[in-house]
Amino acid sequence: MNINNDKKRYKFLEDVAIADIAYEAYGKDLNELFENAALAVFELSADLKTVDAKEKIEFGLENEKIDNLLYDFLSEILFLKDSKYMVFNKVKVEIKQNKKYNLKAIVEGDNINPQKQRLENDIKAVTMHMFEVKKEKNMWKAVVVVDI
Amino acid sequence: MRLVTTNLTYKEVQPKLRELVDTMFKIVPSGVGSRGFVDANKSQFKEIMEYGSKWCVENNYGWKEDMERTEGYGRIDWAEPEKVSSKAIERGMNQLGTLGSGNHYLEIQVVKAENIFDGELAKKFGIVEPEQVVVMVHCGSRGFGHQIGTDYLRIFEGVMKKYNIEVYDRELACAPFQSNEGQDYYKAMACAANMAFANRQVILHRIREGFSKIFKTEAEKLEMHMVYDVAHNIAKLEEHTIDGHKKKLVVHRKGSTRAFPPHHPELAKIFKETGQPVIIGGSMETGSFLLVGTQKAMDETFGSTAHGSGRTMSRAAAKHQVRGEQLQRDMEKRGIYVKATSMPGLAEEAGFAYKNINDVIDAVSQAGISKPVVGLKPVGNIKG
Repeated sequence: MNINNDKKRYKFLEDVAIADIAYEAYGKDLNELFENAALAVFELSADLKTVDAKEKIEFGLENEKIDNLLYDFLSEILFLKDSKYMVFNKVKVEIKQNKKYNLKAIVEGDNINPQKQRLENDIKAVTMHMFEVKKEKNMWKAVVVVDI
Repeated sequence: MRLVTTNLTYKEVQPKLRELVDTMFKIVPSGVGSRGFVDANKSQFKEIMEYGSKWCVENNYGWKEDMERTEGYGRIDWAEPEKVSSKAIERGMNQLGTLGSGNHYLEIQVVKAENIFDGELAKKFGIVEPEQVVVMVHCGSRGFGHQIGTDYLRIFEGVMKKYNIEVYDRELACAPFQSNEGQDYYKAMACAANMAFANRQVILHRIREGFSKIFKTEAEKLEMHMVYDVAHNIAKLEEHTIDGHKKKLVVHRKGSTRAFPPHHPELAKIFKETGQPVIIGGSMETGSFLLVGTQKAMDETFGSTAHGSGRTMSRAAAKHQVRGEQLQRDMEKRGIYVKATSMPGLAEEAGFAYKNINDVIDAVSQAGISKPVVGLKPVGNIKG
């Protein structure tokens, strides 16, 4: 998924959390919802225009519950940021539902380099405060609060 | 939160302030994805989880006296590295010696004559004269502690049904203290606390090296003694008196800090007569305070007080009001030289986004749960 798309993919909720940062992510299906939720995390970490997609990381997750799957997915991105010293700007998600939800994801980004990227927040954790994944009419929506 | 003295006055530091802050900025890494300077391997990191400040001092990252000036001597002895996931270790291993971002900071501060509220006690804590320069550090266990939190949050979510626990907010997921899950978390959290003590300890080592280099004098001769190091996000088993009976309780201080009175058995000998030093951080524009714990805190708030001024404005709202670059220039005009890895991040931390620290100090002081000793004015600051 490319970030240069005009459609509203996520929205930061300015006065929901005073010390943390809250946002809503949207998607026409679960794949898009997860991708958009990840893009919001990418944007909070660095100015996406300054990040190159140089390196690819693939990972998989599974869970019975869709909200826990999103929590684990976003937490995995934070883990990769710290353990691989990376900021990301691209993401592709594929979720399949059998008995459980199975997720395969590819994130792309670059090694952190303050000379190159305009870095912003070092997100500490995804919280469960207000955390929600739901379907409204034909759109999927998630509410996420991250600890800064 | 950690406070360190020097025997330098502002007059001596001022001409070198810029050089000093720039040096600190370089030698204490901060911001997104910063790597620490301590190259600990996995087995060393396990020792750090278990021994905290003790490991640092034994590995030449500190002075022996630093330990007795740290809450719990900088080591929680019920830590069990086996209760920590390999993911948390992988995430945190290379972050030892980094400041982080958000509201974490390293600040050069000055004692003003009008801000000395208890001169005698100040002297006992190492603050001996007006215009003295001190250094304050606010940071914690970085991604390591947060990964432990994330791991156990998910574990607790899965067992709450088994224990018939319902919570109003999923972030408050929990398990009974005596359950296997509860005990595992208690031991893992202690590893995070030890990593946080160690992190601030190795940063102190760097601060001493930086001052020593700039002022061409050994840190010992600059009398860079620790005043105190206190945690402000930790749960511990402590003995408290409830309705006249002594009871063991789990006291969780989140957004609050320990404030033990004189003669509390958990205090090191040097603080037996004075009570425990308490550090309350304000915004980077307004200043911070050194206080002391009281009996009233013990009687009324389980030996706890406030830990900082607290935000009144969201990060987004703060960014709408000021740009980081502008704030940096304005602060410099007012004699505060600030350096940050992220300019939007700096704007989020503007003084107006926080409560007035004086109101906070008045509140804890009037409530009697801690007593102001000195107020500290910022002159140099590094932000993640």
